[in-house]
Amino acid sequence: MSNRVINILVPIISIIIGLIVGAIVMLVSGYDPVQGYMALWTGIFGDSYSIGNTIRQITPYILAGLAVAFAFRTGLFNIGVEGQLILGWLAAAWVGYAFELPKVIHLPLALLAAAAAGAFWAFIAGFLKAKFKVHEVIATIMLNYTALYIANAVISKLSDGGFKTERIHESASLRSPFLRELTDNSSLHYGIIVALLMVVVMWFILEKTTRGYELKAVGFNKNAAEYAGMSVNKNIILAMTISGMFAGLGGAMEALGTFGNASIKPGFTGIGFDGIAVALLGANTPLGVVFGASLFGSLKYGALNMPNAAGIPEEIVSIIIALIIFFVASGYIIRVGLQKLSKKKEGQ
Amino acid sequence: MSFLEMLYFIIPSAILYATPLIFTAIGGVFSERSGVVNIGLEGLMIVGAFVGIYVNLEYASTFGEATIWVAMLAAVIAGGIFSLLHAVASISFRADQTVSGVAINLLGLAVSVFLVKMIYDKGQTDMITQSIDRFGIPYLQDIPFLGPLLFRDVYSTSILAFAVAIGAWFIIYKTPFGLRLRAVGEHPMAADTMGVKVNRMRYIAVVISGALGGLGGAVYAQSITLNFSHATIAGQGFMAIAAMIFGKWHPIGALGAALFFGVAQTLSIAGSGIPYIQEIPAVYLQILPYVLTIFALAGFIGKANAPKASGQPYIKGKR
Repeated sequence: MSNRVINILVPIISIIIGLIVGAIVMLVSGYDPVQGYMALWTGIFGDSYSIGNTIRQITPYILAGLAVAFAFRTGLFNIGVEGQLILGWLAAAWVGYAFELPKVIHLPLALLAAAAAGAFWAFIAGFLKAKFKVHEVIATIMLNYTALYIANAVISKLSDGGFKTERIHESASLRSPFLRELTDNSSLHYGIIVALLMVVVMWFILEKTTRGYELKAVGFNKNAAEYAGMSVNKNIILAMTISGMFAGLGGAMEALGTFGNASIKPGFTGIGFDGIAVALLGANTPLGVVFGASLFGSLKYGALNMPNAAGIPEEIVSIIIALIIFFVASGYIIRVGLQKLSKKKEGQ
Repeated sequence: MSFLEMLYFIIPSAILYATPLIFTAIGGVFSERSGVVNIGLEGLMIVGAFVGIYVNLEYASTFGEATIWVAMLAAVIAGGIFSLLHAVASISFRADQTVSGVAINLLGLAVSVFLVKMIYDKGQTDMITQSIDRFGIPYLQDIPFLGPLLFRDVYSTSILAFAVAIGAWFIIYKTPFGLRLRAVGEHPMAADTMGVKVNRMRYIAVVISGALGGLGGAVYAQSITLNFSHATIAGQGFMAIAAMIFGKWHPIGALGAALFFGVAQTLSIAGSGIPYIQEIPAVYLQILPYVLTIFALAGFIGKANAPKASGQPYIKGKR
């Protein structure tokens, strides 16, 4: 079996094992797995309303996945997507309601503000790594909570002690009556176009520009890149900043599309951490991220139908997602298994 | 409120909040000293908190006042078993340790909330009837100043936490086991050459971290929140990681850092009732532990260096 086939087989096998283990968990807990998975399926594809909301759920997952994948490709682990996304959310909401501008300026400006907020927050981690050798995993974890508490305090301040900001103006909204009608009043919005555009942007940066080549080179081998005359520190900071930009835009999808405001959060949204799963499943390629986000976004939204239709707690899907991450991360053992299997076949 | 009354309120409360952090942070010290990064402490605490509350609710009538200890023991076992997932993935299957830790966090929360909904048919449990209570230590509490400060409102778990910290220091720095543990985390190949079983040491260390993380969760749930829901453990595990780093991967350092973070937490929660402190916006106190940890890592407050081999799987025969 060639490496290419194995690379594609590992995530697929992981998904299948994840779903099987999920079924076993349901069975052991006294639930009916067939009914459970049927409820999940209807929750995702049941009618145009469900499909619309599923796509809406996929949108921020694509951007969070891109953020993690971009950092991975450049040799960095951005576990701080969550914090960058929260700040992007806040920035987009603020620009959305604080200014009154024509739509052609207002909407791009709000998106830009979100991207800038996310980029800035990730820049801090990149700067700390380049200048002080602080490991980016620890720095971004610490920055996640810092972002959460700062965003909550700012929202409280902006709303005079309330728990959410004012609604954004129509001129900054990603919502569309057309998509709404098309999908039977779901909350599908134009954000999916922004997300898919960013998929192309990531592909373009990494594959078609000199800068992207440098970023990847630093990720592959820092010393070789430095020897070839590339500035490692500059590329680390740039990689984190671009990664944070994707994360910030993920927040904008929630602010300008789904919710229309920013509210105080008792804890993390979870999108940032699921982004790690998305990137991992998609092997850190732009197209892979779209597939990973589609899978996890669908599972997450479809799960909401499970308590009503099958009486199964929706957390079963989070269990399945966590298991899939385990299996993909343990890809080494699946690879070994596959290679043994193919050797046996050759021997026969 | 006089200054003394203020201290008599802040210090015992800070120790209360610090106790779960101490257990969990020392768990983290064990794991990282052996060379395995454990981002999953949050998930392990969640599992411990759930198991602790579950056992407490179900067996309070059987065990009476001993319930809290039975619940903590159950949480220790559950945390230890749960951490085996992280151990198998990151040691035997050579998974990225950070990714595996993230999966532990997701799985711990999902499994716990799933079980709560399955068992109790609602998103959170009832309040427990047997909680960890404070008591005064005879004679010691009558000492002027120090008595009311440290010995009048004591939790037995806090005493245990200090004992665990000192015990961990002794094990890691004064026993052959500890020497091997540190060797495996600094230079696994050298340790292997000297006959130390690298992977076995790492398995033991990860399970210890799981057991202590579970204990931390059970202590937090039984002394502070008194029930279990999805939001019971919200960042305590990550704060424990911060305490471990701020304490420079040393048990006594972690103890000190956890106590300091306990003060910050107390002030951010109860600060509005305390003169002078109420002038400071709570957000500064909330972010203080995390910001200080970043400063410590950047070398502004002494240099914090991780064990050398931390984060890398050990592959025999690879140079």
